[in-house]
Parts: sequence; structure tokens; C-alpha cells
Amino acid sequence: MAMEKINMPQLGESVTEGTISTWLVKVGDQVNKYDPIAEVMTDKVNAEVPSSYSGVIQEIVAQEGDTLEVGALMCYVEVADSTNTQDSSHSSSDKVNETHESVDPAQEQSMKKRYSPAVLRLSQEHDINLEHVEGSGRGGRITRKDVEKVIAAGERGHNAFSQSEKAPETNKTAAKQTAPQHERVQQEAQAGDIEIPVKGVRKMIADNMVQSKTEIPHAWMTVEVDVTDLAKLRNKVKDDFKQNEGYSLTYFAFFVKAVAQALKEYPALNSTWAGDRIIQKKDIHLSIAVAKDDELFVPVIKHADEKTIKGIARSIHDLALKARTGKLTADDMQGGTFTVNNTGSFGSISSMGVINHPQAAILQVESIVKRPVIINDMFAARDMVNLSLSLDHRILDGLVCGRFLARVKQILEGMNDETTSIY
Amino acid sequence: MPVMSYIQAVTTALKEEMQRDENVFILGEDVGKKGGVFRATDGLYDEFGDARVLDTPLAESAIAGVGIGAAMYGKRPVAEMQFADFIMPAVNQIISEAARIRYRSNNDWTCPITIRAPYGGGVHGALYHSQSVEAVFANQPGLKIVMPSTPYDVKGLLKAAIRDNDPVLFFEHKRAYRLLKGDVPEEDYVLPIGKADVKREGTDITVITYGLCVNFALQAAEKLAEEGIDAHILDLRTIYPLDQEAIIEAAKKTGKVLLVTEDNKEGSIIGEVAAIISEHCLFDLDAPIQRLAGPDIPAMPYAPTMEKFFMINPDKVEKAMRDLAEF
Repeated sequence: MAMEKINMPQLGESVTEGTISTWLVKVGDQVNKYDPIAEVMTDKVNAEVPSSYSGVIQEIVAQEGDTLEVGALMCYVEVADSTNTQDSSHSSSDKVNETHESVDPAQEQSMKKRYSPAVLRLSQEHDINLEHVEGSGRGGRITRKDVEKVIAAGERGHNAFSQSEKAPETNKTAAKQTAPQHERVQQEAQAGDIEIPVKGVRKMIADNMVQSKTEIPHAWMTVEVDVTDLAKLRNKVKDDFKQNEGYSLTYFAFFVKAVAQALKEYPALNSTWAGDRIIQKKDIHLSIAVAKDDELFVPVIKHADEKTIKGIARSIHDLALKARTGKLTADDMQGGTFTVNNTGSFGSISSMGVINHPQAAILQVESIVKRPVIINDMFAARDMVNLSLSLDHRILDGLVCGRFLARVKQILEGMNDETTSIY
Repeated sequence: MPVMSYIQAVTTALKEEMQRDENVFILGEDVGKKGGVFRATDGLYDEFGDARVLDTPLAESAIAGVGIGAAMYGKRPVAEMQFADFIMPAVNQIISEAARIRYRSNNDWTCPITIRAPYGGGVHGALYHSQSVEAVFANQPGLKIVMPSTPYDVKGLLKAAIRDNDPVLFFEHKRAYRLLKGDVPEEDYVLPIGKADVKREGTDITVITYGLCVNFALQAAEKLAEEGIDAHILDLRTIYPLDQEAIIEAAKKTGKVLLVTEDNKEGSIIGEVAAIISEHCLFDLDAPIQRLAGPDIPAMPYAPTMEKFFMINPDKVEKAMRDLAEF
């Protein structure tokens, strides 16, 4: 009597693993050679695995639902001695297969981590984690063409190949990446130059920006919005508002309101990258960027979707005031799920924001500019504004972002003194 | 368009240039009445007479020296070395005089001579009728060295060499003479000296070579294409000075470069090509630069088996190309 193993067979070319859907035998069953013992599902075929021996099933190692690599152990069979001759012939052919496999250059991985200069350069330029790239070269070497294929796939948007499994070690990578940069700055200041030590808020900004830009694969999108009606509305009410409420009704409040409303309809943009999963946030807390001298704060308007335009204007006013007087609390800064950045206040008409880590996107509201626009084949003077979205391409694709921006545009263009209430 | 052999293209270019410019004349051993040992000057003696197609004594130094003097005096001589192997007695004339005169005379004198010489093996010529000698001349500023690979290139480049105002060495592969045939336009055309030529576009590996080996590489590429290996082939055409831009571009295209020459490996032209690539293309390289060349032994054995061992052939090129593609 001898104990033999039955392993997951190769069910078709290029099939590397199979999932056991059903065992057709149980422990103690007598099987003949070539009897089916289990049904296996692969990404190509569903097939029955035949027994390699005649004998009695002794132990079932792999359970139903388990996914096994080709060659992995499925079960043990006790084989009677009388069949040994058959077995030996079989096992010798098995051996031939094995040795063949070990010689097969496609299986060998000794060159997997030998990177050529071209491969290293491309992977760094395109932020590709080579651990995840299949090598088609000798000994499993990743060739320049392999990397170029990954880049091409990434550009088509099918494959967010960026460092998905690196997320858990984000802090480490960020630290690693900032450190050499600091070391590299070995430049001497000349007489008359001013040296500003990097610390505190500046240091935090620097670290956050490096983390955002190195970890998040940014993509960008801009839409143009006609806010002529909105401008009329605001101009009509702003003086009374200031008098009654004691603070200004800015355009920015309208934009924040529109974004909060659109986010409710497109929760994908209100999410966070968490390495192996994406978390869509229920609450809509909008971060807004507030600059003070050489410092940048990103306080949060909590539950922006539940606020009126007046409520938002008030929050903006309060947060900005706190920021300028240095009274922002940690609580004021926490929990943002999406950022709206008022770059228009500097006169900018186009910019590409850096995403506020770990959020999924940031929207830049640019300057409102009066421009000639063609409406019904006639020139008209309209108040136009660009909205520029930066998106984390791991989480978001162009389609959903395009729809989101279209919705924001629709909301803003629909704002006029008949439809929109400030209170 | 007429189909011509490589040597017919040589004859045609000579004939047309002699018709075009009466300063063009030919001198060499047996080039007159006999029409050359390879028949490269066949019919020219009859057409242009003994004043323009000169049979010389067996003295290569004199052939080169007379040619250089005539060139400096305003003629356009085309001197023939019967075999490139025989050029050695003329090396002093070529390097010390022809290559230097423009520089030495501060541009007062020029030397528009063309020196033709059949080189290369594979014709059972043994040692003194088979060698590749281009590397001897390939670090002499003032000289240009042209080594064409097709009948079309022969005609265009030989005309360019004759019209060039500086000395040009024009090496013709003697095995290619009757082996290679191709379309050659009847009209007058010249191809630029100093420019390499892409003979085949591809994306997997780059082969850079010149002369007869271009044909071998093209044959191998066709076979490999059936296996899905797509080779890019650059023909240097002029091997001194080298077309750096084209070399860099071709190397960057695939990052896997195979250099082929029939010459002995160490110190050959392709070593310089490899240096250019390593200077300019490090971050585009996906494999070590590979060289396929003759062994470092005095060329070329007479025994057919040994000649085969020495010579580059399509099978050897194919093997080296596949090896590089699989890397």
C-alpha cells in the first residue's frame, strides 16, 4: 500500500489556478484511475479532475471553494501495491513533466528583479510598481516592452496600476521620498539671500503635498460655466445681505452649495482611498482652502449639504476669520471629504489642484470673467467661470467626474433669483 | 526600374560619372583592357580610352599616390585596389597625404579622390583576398569610409563619393557583387555620405550593421517576423564618420541592440557604435549591447569549414537576434 497525492492539474494553456466547485468523492471512497473526483472551475473552463490512481481516498486536503494553483495538493489516495507498476510509469511521466517545467524558461523567475535602466526609468516616470508587472523576458525578466504595455494600459484607463498595495506603507514611502529630497537640498545661500527654515505649518504643507503628489495619480478636467444669472442674483441681494447679516455673501458660498448638492448625487467623488478598498463617505464635509500670509489652512464646513447658502456663507466667514486670527481648532480642520478651492480669489482662471490626501478629488473655482459668448449665433456678454477638477485616478474615472462636473454646471447655471433662495 | 547586381551598379555609377565629368578617370591594376578582375570597369576602356582608364603597375602605393596628386591638381580620380587586402602599401599615402592635405594646407588644397576596394570573405579567397580592413582607416579625420549594402545604395553613394571634395574610401563586398540584386533607377541620383539608413522598421530589437551583413540581418528578420519578433535594422552606410544621430535614434527605439560586423571583433567599427550608444542611451537600454563579429584571429581560413566558421551568415545573425529578443 502506498499513499499518493493528487494535485491540481493544468487545465488548459495559460491556466494557472482552479477553484474546486464540488468534490465528487469523499474520504473512504474507492476510485478507479481516470474516475472524476472533483469539479473544478477556472477562468477558462469548468472541468472534472480525473483520479491519477486507482485506490481509496484517504484525505481531502482542499475544500470546496478553495482556489488552488496548478500543482497544489488536492487529496491523498491510498493505492494498492498491485497497481504500483502502473503508478510508477505514471509518476515517472509526472516527473518528466516536472523537470520539463523547471527547465521551461517561462517558469523560471531568477531574472524577475534584474531591472534594466530603461525599465527602471519608465517605472519611475510613470509611477509603476514593478512588483505587479509580469515579466516576459528570459528568467521572468521584466522587459522595456512589458512596462510600455502597462503604461499603455494605464493610459487607456483600464488599469490603475499604481501602487495599490503600497497604501499600508504610505507613511513609510512618503517619509522615504521626502527624506532624500531634503538631503539633496545642499545648496548654499549667497550673501544677501534670505534663508527660511522649513518647519511648522510650512513643513506640514510640504510633507502633505509630497505625499499627495507621489502617492495619488492625479488627472485633471475643466468645465466652463455660465454664471450670468447667478451674478445678477448675487448683485441684487449682496448689499442687503451684508447689512442684515453683518458679513459678505460671496460667490464662493454658491459654488460650495452647488458642489455639496452634486456630491450627494455622485458619492463616488466623496470617497477615500484605503489601499485594498474605497470608502464612500456618507457625510459631506467640504474642506476649503484659506491662505494666511505664507500659511495654508484647510478648515472644514461640516455637513455642507444640509446648509443653506446663507449657512455656508456664514461658515466660510467664521472659518476664514478663525484662520486669520489663528483660532482654528483641530476639530475645525478634521473630517473633510472633498475640497473646494477658491483660486478665483487670486484672479486665477486655470489651475491644477493637488488633491487633499486622502480625499478623492479637489475642485478649483476660478475667477469669474466677463467674456463674449455665442448664444443662438449671437455674441453676448456673459459671466463665465472655469471649474477645474483634480481627481485620484485610482478611485475615479473620467466618466463619473464628467457627469459630476456637468451636474455642478447645471446647478450653477440654474441659480437665479426665481429659483434660488439664500435662506 | 531595371534590376541590377551590386557590381553592375558599380559599373553604372562609374560610367555615368565619367560621362558627366571629364575630370573623372580610373586607375588600377587590370582595370583597363581586362575590365577589372571582378569586371567592375567592364567596357569603360572601350568607351573612354586609355587616357581615362589607366592600367597601372602592381604598386598600390603608386596607384594611391598618383591618384592623390591628380586629385590635388583638380582631377577626380577613382583608384581601384584590386583587393582591400592589398591596400596596405598605400596606407601611408592615404592617411598621411590624402586625409591630411586639407588641414595641413589650411584649406588651400583638397584631395577629391575615391579609392574603391573589394573586401570581405565567403568566396574561398583565403587570407589575402577576404579581409575587412575598414577599422584601419576609421579613426583618421579627413577620410570618409563608405560601405554600401545594396545595388541602389552603391550607385547613389559611389556617385556621391566621386563628387565629394575630400578623399573617400569605398569598400565593396566582393561576395555581394553577384549575390545581391535590386532595383536601381536609371536616372542620376546621389545619396548623402555620413547618413545611415533604416532598412527595416521594427519594435523588438535593433540591429545595426553595414555592408553584406545588412542583407544577412534582413533575411534573419524575415524569418523571425514569423515568430513575432519584429526587428529594426539600421544600415550605417558610412562607417566613418558615423551617423551618431541615427545610431542613437535606432538604439533608443527598442533598447535592445545587436551590432554585427564581419570584421574581427576587437577594435572593429561596431565597438565605436557601442560606445556612442552607451554614452547617449543608458536609460533607454533594456539589454546589454550585443556584438556579433568575426573571431579575433587573422582572417580568413581557406578550408571551407573554417571559412564558414569565421564568416557571419544569416543563421548566426538570426540566432543572435532571437537570443537578444528573448532576453
